[in-house]
Amino acid sequence: MTPPPAGRAALPGSLAADPWRSHAARIVAIRDEAPGVRGYDLELCDSAVREAYRFRPGQFNMLLLPGIGEAAISIASDPDAPHRLTHTVRAVGNVTDALARRCEGDEILLRGPFGTPWPLGALEGGDVIVVAGGLGLASQRAAILTLARQRNAYRRVVVLAGAKAPAGLLYAGEDAAWRAAGIEVERVVESADAGWRGAVGLVTDLVARLGDGRRAGVLCCGPDGMMRAVAAAAAGVGIGPERVWVSMERPMSCAVGQCGLCQFGPFFVCLDGPVFRYDRVARLLEIPGL
Amino acid sequence: MGPPTDTAAPLELGPAGLDRLVCILAETHRVIGPTVADGAVVLREIASAAELPVGWIDEQEGGRYRLHADASAGPFDHVVGPFSLKNFLFPPRETVALLERGAEGWRSRPPEGAPRALAVVGVRGCDLAALAIQDRVFLGSGHVDPAYQARRRDLILVAVDCRRAAPTCFCHSTGSGPAACDAGAGRVADLTLVDLGPGPAGSAAEDLGIEPSAARRFACRAGTLRGAAILGRLRAEGLAGSLAPADSELSAAVPRATAARLAARGPGERHLDTEGLRDLLFDRLDHPRWDDVAARCLACTNCTLVCPTCFCASVTEIPALDAERVERERRWESCFSLDHSRMHGRAVRHSTAARYRQWLTHKLAGWIDQFGVSGCTGCGRCITWCPVGIDLTAEVAALRAPPPASEGGRA
Repeated sequence: MTPPPAGRAALPGSLAADPWRSHAARIVAIRDEAPGVRGYDLELCDSAVREAYRFRPGQFNMLLLPGIGEAAISIASDPDAPHRLTHTVRAVGNVTDALARRCEGDEILLRGPFGTPWPLGALEGGDVIVVAGGLGLASQRAAILTLARQRNAYRRVVVLAGAKAPAGLLYAGEDAAWRAAGIEVERVVESADAGWRGAVGLVTDLVARLGDGRRAGVLCCGPDGMMRAVAAAAAGVGIGPERVWVSMERPMSCAVGQCGLCQFGPFFVCLDGPVFRYDRVARLLEIPGL
Repeated sequence: MGPPTDTAAPLELGPAGLDRLVCILAETHRVIGPTVADGAVVLREIASAAELPVGWIDEQEGGRYRLHADASAGPFDHVVGPFSLKNFLFPPRETVALLERGAEGWRSRPPEGAPRALAVVGVRGCDLAALAIQDRVFLGSGHVDPAYQARRRDLILVAVDCRRAAPTCFCHSTGSGPAACDAGAGRVADLTLVDLGPGPAGSAAEDLGIEPSAARRFACRAGTLRGAAILGRLRAEGLAGSLAPADSELSAAVPRATAARLAARGPGERHLDTEGLRDLLFDRLDHPRWDDVAARCLACTNCTLVCPTCFCASVTEIPALDAERVERERRWESCFSLDHSRMHGRAVRHSTAARYRQWLTHKLAGWIDQFGVSGCTGCGRCITWCPVGIDLTAEVAALRAPPPASEGGRA
């Protein structure tokens, strides 16, 4: 078998042999995270599969609801506890709508993990700025939990999370724990409500106020336009496009570069991404309808 | 497939030998060959050489395919039709996983039943090149498609050197024909046939002055040990014999004469300039030509369906009536459909311009990044089967012209 090209993650053995093989997983907990958004904690049913399962921050699983379909969803839990896999999902299509009707104790199927991880190792010794728009934070939570555990390996660690409204801020209840671990957390909303005491504006404003970014790397996830704006703001504080990483989203069917649906310019988002170094995709993101 | 043993001398095969060859293949394999159906030469299961399209010749142009009766046409004088090896190795519909609900809940397992091994007769250089490209997609990226792998392992290929080229052919530009061996080293067919008989007007046989009265005979060369074993059996049965030196020379001259016809095409005739094409296309993503071609393109998906290398697919869930069992069926998808790029209820590539751009830049540029080779083998099917005759060689030529400075393209 040919090894994967540079920059791509090798698939776990069972997936390399049959990428279509899914495994049963029980929903052990469901939480409301935001309007229309729930967190699902999954536990693989087969103990051998569960013990062998490992993932890296930024990777995703294909969640399969028999008879309904599959959806690519980031893994939002701590990679150090891979026996319990959290997926934070917005009900926005037939698969995720059906998932929203499932209960604790129900079984679904999953295969994974797939895709490139956030480059945490490459950022050791420097500042890490995590910038999230809305649900984008779900793809970064695994990285934040890892940074919290390995806090001493980095200088500043900053989480800048934005949402349209306060109710859309994910994992707001975890700010205290993240801060206790030495992470600076700033939340911002585009439009406040009566109870909001925090900042109003865009995450890009927070990026622009970061200060000297020459030893920083940015991990960004959000809508395409937001990621372009964040990269521009990062450049303004000295963080070049080769120090910014973005996580892309495209439709996906196979997750192993064989269905062609997730193409983005010359890339397969499933194999070459979802995490891309920004300079590799900056120009492509400027072109509508690519 | 065994190691290539291309040094074996070709043998002569008469009409009875060709028929026997099909029978021998059918002993162990499902034999697929060209045959006339629905007004075209298609690839289908055949039981004997009598089903080959003897007496039929195709006429192809952009947006046009016609089949004419022609008494001078041999079994392989036609040029490729709408089918390719893709239809069989990567079928339009295929179950990729079975889900079953048992006492322990839902379980996923591979589809049941080994597919019957395939032997394909009459494969051209362009389609051998396409097969090598599909191998990279389904076997070469660090993971394998198990069903493709099984079909590929058992596949027997009987190739044919082309004696004719349609006006839509441009394998001379992509280095994948007209000889079967032009598809490249390591892509050797088990057996390769060269028709030494008379041919219709416009064929290499005409150029080579082959007597119209000559009986239909073939030079047959083994490229693998498996092919050599089949050829040895034909010889033992008295249906394959030594090739006269003059015929041996002729068998090499036939594809050369076809290549010379292609090479002799003048400017404006079909040719794809591949020099620097990858970088050029990625530099021209906002060229106004995308809007121009979109005004003609119907986004009908024909080009992607007939393309021997297009591999886009999506999976449809097929639940049984009792909902205790679900087949996950992979179906061909096309970048010309809105569903191909649908995300959160809207299509990323909403305009036809964006979808044509996706197809062409993927085929001729992105493919090189993804698989190390272009996705085009010069077979010309996308030109013939486009209902409005859009010609990718002409589109590439237009894209090579710098965009007018004043006009910004939009897709």
